Amino acid sequence: MLLTQNILTALRSLMANKLRSGLTILGIVIGVAAVVALMAIGSGATSDITSQIQSAGTNLLSIQAGRMQRPQAGGAPPSFSALTYKDYQALQAALTDVAGIAPVYQANSTVVFETDSYNVSVTGTSEDYLKVYSYEMERGRFFTAEDRQNNKQVAVLGATTAGELFPNTEAVGQIVKINDVRFTVIGVLKAKGSSGFSDPDDIVLIPIETGYLKLFGANAIRNGQKTVNAIAVSAVSAEAVDSVTAQINFIMRRQHKIEPGAESDFRVQSQSDMLETLSTVTTTLTTFLGAIAAISLLVGGIGIMNITLVSVSERTREIGLRKAVGARKDHILLQFLVETMTLSLLGGVIGILLGIGIAQTVSALGLINSLVTMSSILLAFTFSLGIGLFFGLYPAYRAANLHPMEALRSE
Amino acid sequence: MALIELRGLTKVFQMGENEVHALAGVSLDIEKGEMLAIMGPSGSGKSTLMSIIGCLDVPTSGSYRLDGQTVEKLKDSQLAQVRNRKIGFVFQQFNLLSRTSALENVLLPLGYSGLGGRASREKALKALEMVGLAERVKHHPAELSGGQQQRVAIARALVNEPAILIADEPTGALDSKTGEEIMGLFQRLHRDFGQTVIIVTHDPFVARHTRRIVRLSDGLITSDTPNPNPIAAGTPRPELEM
Repeated sequence: MLLTQNILTALRSLMANKLRSGLTILGIVIGVAAVVALMAIGSGATSDITSQIQSAGTNLLSIQAGRMQRPQAGGAPPSFSALTYKDYQALQAALTDVAGIAPVYQANSTVVFETDSYNVSVTGTSEDYLKVYSYEMERGRFFTAEDRQNNKQVAVLGATTAGELFPNTEAVGQIVKINDVRFTVIGVLKAKGSSGFSDPDDIVLIPIETGYLKLFGANAIRNGQKTVNAIAVSAVSAEAVDSVTAQINFIMRRQHKIEPGAESDFRVQSQSDMLETLSTVTTTLTTFLGAIAAISLLVGGIGIMNITLVSVSERTREIGLRKAVGARKDHILLQFLVETMTLSLLGGVIGILLGIGIAQTVSALGLINSLVTMSSILLAFTFSLGIGLFFGLYPAYRAANLHPMEALRSE
Repeated sequence: MALIELRGLTKVFQMGENEVHALAGVSLDIEKGEMLAIMGPSGSGKSTLMSIIGCLDVPTSGSYRLDGQTVEKLKDSQLAQVRNRKIGFVFQQFNLLSRTSALENVLLPLGYSGLGGRASREKALKALEMVGLAERVKHHPAELSGGQQQRVAIARALVNEPAILIADEPTGALDSKTGEEIMGLFQRLHRDFGQTVIIVTHDPFVARHTRRIVRLSDGLITSDTPNPNPIAAGTPRPELEM
């Protein structure tokens, strides 16, 4: 009974000072909106990255060059470790339980068709690329092992690239010039769909051997070895991932002549490794953003405390009167706590709605994906309630402890 | 046994370095159904005495029995309950809550005694009827005249059927005609319902509306005289005492 009365009293006194109440809750509104919106953007980014990694291919293992080797004891200069085409060949020859192995050498190049030119990353790879990265053909065909052996100047375009270069004409069968080298377009990939950060459909694939011979030039050669940026391996099943990883480690260490006990100069990353790394990053980022937003919640809470203190001193006589007619300390305490909590809850609810609005606007504008999670709403709601309680306690305590006689006499 | 028994009450306020003896040993009995005035100039201690009788404050020493209950040792929350159940206050400035209707103002003490719903509404309406404001229950204080506002305050003081009604300069903020109406209301409550009424005032004319006048000076009772022929409400104030 008393609680509903208190809520009514609180609402009434808040309504009587609409402008003041509005300004008071503004801090909470902004804080809560920021928390909800930023956490939504953080979650959106996380789910983007996750789906991108998952769409890259199933049971994918990626081998990359490791760090610079430590300087040798004898003072020999550190040599940069690199993955080589030979490593790829060794893996190709020895690995079991794999569905495909694709070497990857990427070079940013200019592709010219007639008078249009387009900058794109050209990837030299093998026919396994399709399987390893879960692409499908839209039109035409992918290059074959035979094309590679014969150094055929053929290219397969991603859906975006094909759309950019051939907006009105059929791409397959056309001749394009990549850095002034002629390639015949033999196929176009089915679109995977962009998921935010990079467009997996904006690629040109060529046989890697052709690339070394005609396109990549001296950049691709180090210490007389043809290098690759990465080697992608697809295990036949999720269960095989571990054993394939072990095989890769064994073969690669032998290839690179690494002493037992010494550190490897390459890294083998599985999808779950990547997911883990990235989710650590994004969780940290989300927490960080949330923490910044929480600071504005804190400022909002101080605003509520400030205004409530003013309100207590303005209403000293009312408090004295309430005490004179029989209000106990806890009645007065509750009255003011309900008031601050009503303020902060109101601010919280408006802030949540605003935050969802911001998150959805950002998504709708295509800036960055956002995902409003129930947990962020609950967090913001609880936080704003807690702020109302925490910052209301001191003013309410002051009010409750006013001496009734002195309160009645105040002007 | 008297309704109010005060024995050797003192109240000392610490004002910086100095101790101020607002009450220096007051003993007083007030019977149930009495109507009396506590008089004195400002600084005489009458307000302090009123706040102790009204359980708004506790004495420094001495004893206070109200309706058989020892009050001076009570805790804050118990004092609040005594104020709620046994005492009705009327103030010079009415002290109504401005944003609530007359009815809600009168309901306020009932809320703090945990009474709700229809029963409390009926009690409040009855109290408003008693002070002649049955037609004004929905009005807010700003829509009422000074006299009507003071009537709402009296209804609020009466709603819990208190043992004592304490009025602190109840006519101080009213013109003399309205003031007389309010004094008439107190006299009627005293006469018709046997309500114990204590009027605290500095005004001898107001005091003479009661049947007993207690004078206070420098924290001590200087006289305590019966007033067998109280002024009837509505009597014009004698020129001399203006």
